[in-house]
Amino acid sequence: MAKVTIDDTTIEVPDGTSILAAARRIDEQHGTNIAPPTMCYYSKLKTSGGYCRTCIVTVEKGSEKDPRPMPKPVPSCRTNVMDGMVVRNTTSPELLEARAGVVEFLLINHPLDCPVCDQAGECHLQDLSYENGKEGTRYEFQRREFDPIDIGNKIKLHMNRCILCYRCVKTCEQITDGRVHGVINRGDHAEISTYIEKAIENDFSGNVIDVCPVGALTDRTFRFKSRVWFTNPVDAHRDCPKCSGKVRLWMKGEDVLRVTARKDRWGEVEEFICNDCRFDKKQVKDWTIEGPSKVSHHSVISQNHYELKKLQIGVYKHMQKLEGKKVDLGEGALNPNNIEK
Amino acid sequence: MSKKILLTYDHIPGINTLEVYRQHNGYKSLEKALKTMKPDDVVEEVKKSGLRGRGGAGFPTGMKWSFLAKPEGVPRHLVCNADESEPGTFKDRYLMERIPHLLLEGMIVSSYALGASTSYIYVRGEYYYIIKILQNAIKEAYAAGLLGKNILGSGYDLDLYVQPGGGAYICGEETALLESLEGKRGNPRLKPPFPAVAGLWGRPTVVNNVETIAAVVPIVNDGGEAYAKIGIGKSTGTKLISASGHINKPGVYEIELGLPVEEFIYSDAYCGGIRNGKKLKAVVAGGSSVPILPTELILKTAKGEPRLMTYESLSDGGFATGTMLGSGGFIAMDEDTSIVKNLFTFARFYHHESCGQCSPCREGTGWMEKILQKFIDGKATMKDIDLLWDVQSKIEGKTICPLGEAAAWPVAAAIRHFRHEFEEYVRNPQSIHDVKHYYRLNNIQQVIS
Repeated sequence: MAKVTIDDTTIEVPDGTSILAAARRIDEQHGTNIAPPTMCYYSKLKTSGGYCRTCIVTVEKGSEKDPRPMPKPVPSCRTNVMDGMVVRNTTSPELLEARAGVVEFLLINHPLDCPVCDQAGECHLQDLSYENGKEGTRYEFQRREFDPIDIGNKIKLHMNRCILCYRCVKTCEQITDGRVHGVINRGDHAEISTYIEKAIENDFSGNVIDVCPVGALTDRTFRFKSRVWFTNPVDAHRDCPKCSGKVRLWMKGEDVLRVTARKDRWGEVEEFICNDCRFDKKQVKDWTIEGPSKVSHHSVISQNHYELKKLQIGVYKHMQKLEGKKVDLGEGALNPNNIEK
Repeated sequence: MSKKILLTYDHIPGINTLEVYRQHNGYKSLEKALKTMKPDDVVEEVKKSGLRGRGGAGFPTGMKWSFLAKPEGVPRHLVCNADESEPGTFKDRYLMERIPHLLLEGMIVSSYALGASTSYIYVRGEYYYIIKILQNAIKEAYAAGLLGKNILGSGYDLDLYVQPGGGAYICGEETALLESLEGKRGNPRLKPPFPAVAGLWGRPTVVNNVETIAAVVPIVNDGGEAYAKIGIGKSTGTKLISASGHINKPGVYEIELGLPVEEFIYSDAYCGGIRNGKKLKAVVAGGSSVPILPTELILKTAKGEPRLMTYESLSDGGFATGTMLGSGGFIAMDEDTSIVKNLFTFARFYHHESCGQCSPCREGTGWMEKILQKFIDGKATMKDIDLLWDVQSKIEGKTICPLGEAAAWPVAAAIRHFRHEFEEYVRNPQSIHDVKHYYRLNNIQQVIS
């Protein structure tokens, strides 16, 4: 076991735990909000993380054995704790400045065109930029532009919004057969692409939509049918021979508009689901409804329904903001996938 | 301070052949190692020598070797990093082209020391003719029983392969090199695990530069202590310097570490002074990724002492007043040189070569190039200087591999030491077009003239 202190909170975790996992555990145990944000890390995917650099933290003491600080910020998702380690995240102004820089870089080629993006309301980059970025950008040059393309009959790729987190690549590498897509070109010319004239068509391909933190990979059976905050997320299951069949239905009235995997408070799927469940079972009768999904009252998704009391809290905070007071919206305020504790 | 131990015989006709190489002490160190030394003895000699990695980082080689994990039954590998792609650096090319057997001998001795039974030389793709030279040398070595089974009757077996790179600068980074060698896209890996624990195909691997591996030959021949006596302090031995730019005698020089920079630039034994009797304006001492220094700081340290060609002296004062020995790519620029135009050339290179894995490097390198393009176009403002400074600071130290630093340091140093030049181009945009003369890297100047 290793004792690690992150933003003045100490926790003991098993050896081999990453700084990020330790920080998440602190949040879960102590109700704090110190876990670094992530864009490319995905705990369900091996070797993910380390690319986007949003989760960087300052290690001001390496360990009891070697108390020297680490010379550079390290990615918390891929750096393991050591006994006696002291980490600064939200309490380091330099680190927050560095993270704001990362956000600025990420937004160079990802327009915040949320009103016309299908991911609006459940986009991790939207949250990241709101919580860790700065107003405005200093980038004045032309952005790169792509036309959206269909990669398969159920998935649309819009590279304008891709931040090259590699999550979809890892997903296809690790949970599907016959990988047909990856990253081509280098530098800021790099892009997600399928092999020539290939489409992502296999039983689990739809999971690339769930893991995409932004609106680059979207569900063609749902695109623009509704805004996410006009739908009711409902947990449901079915007896599926291919996957666990545990899903979240996004309903409008009696209609099932979309089916996704269930996500945890960190916005990561609990279990990957098959394409049959995702794309082909859009009738209520296909499913055994378990009840409303637990969604954080801070989330935009909760704005239209659920418990009035919590909704009022949200409105109150919002009004405070309108009056010019900067308010802390709280943990993962805009992350729609957060489960209410 | 003239001392040759690597390029002693480079002028001998036919030294690239096994026969001539053996006539000039060739493969003596291999015989000595295999017949009189245990692998650990070789490692010990390298430790005693104080040899530091000649690829740029300058990490002690013996220490690096001692980190190699040795799990039972798991093969280990030695990989020679011959992906020499740093602008301004061409010393490995010279060594491999002239004396390929020196590298081969170093590879065999080093592999023996590390217990590797299969080793690789990963060569920059553009050096295709060198690949042919190396392959011929390897063929000769196999035929002479210097490679393959039971080398020189010692019972030691080694297979050696040459692998052409894809022509990407990033493949000179050791983990990207390993990815590329495994047949994958040349993207750097996150460390840890370090290659010494999980390198090529997940096996313990040591990656060393060409010059480093070649230096093992004289170390074994003459002993580590004799090698350590060459040079000054922790900068032991000799170093190949590829000198270019506005000097009278560009080329590859082997110097004893500790040579004063001033002597290197102005002595007829080396660079022979600045071309056309011009004044020296600035020097990039260790390849394009290290900070540029103006004349007053490259010839003397901030304390006023003579600057020496050593790891310590060149880095004296940190980046405020110092730089790095790096790979030894020594680029001298005369008084007519435009620092901004050169910086643009470098920035363009790093933007082009960024692998695109991590956000700061992927997006930041392109941003820096575009800001510098504004200076070239005469459209920059004073705010752009500060913006450029800020952007580089957001890249430095935030990336997976050192390419981020390689792109950021030249920008930071140029602004730190030559801010007045940036300001001049803002005040008088036309003046940048009046600059006719600047360090030429390939033919890129046509794009920006």
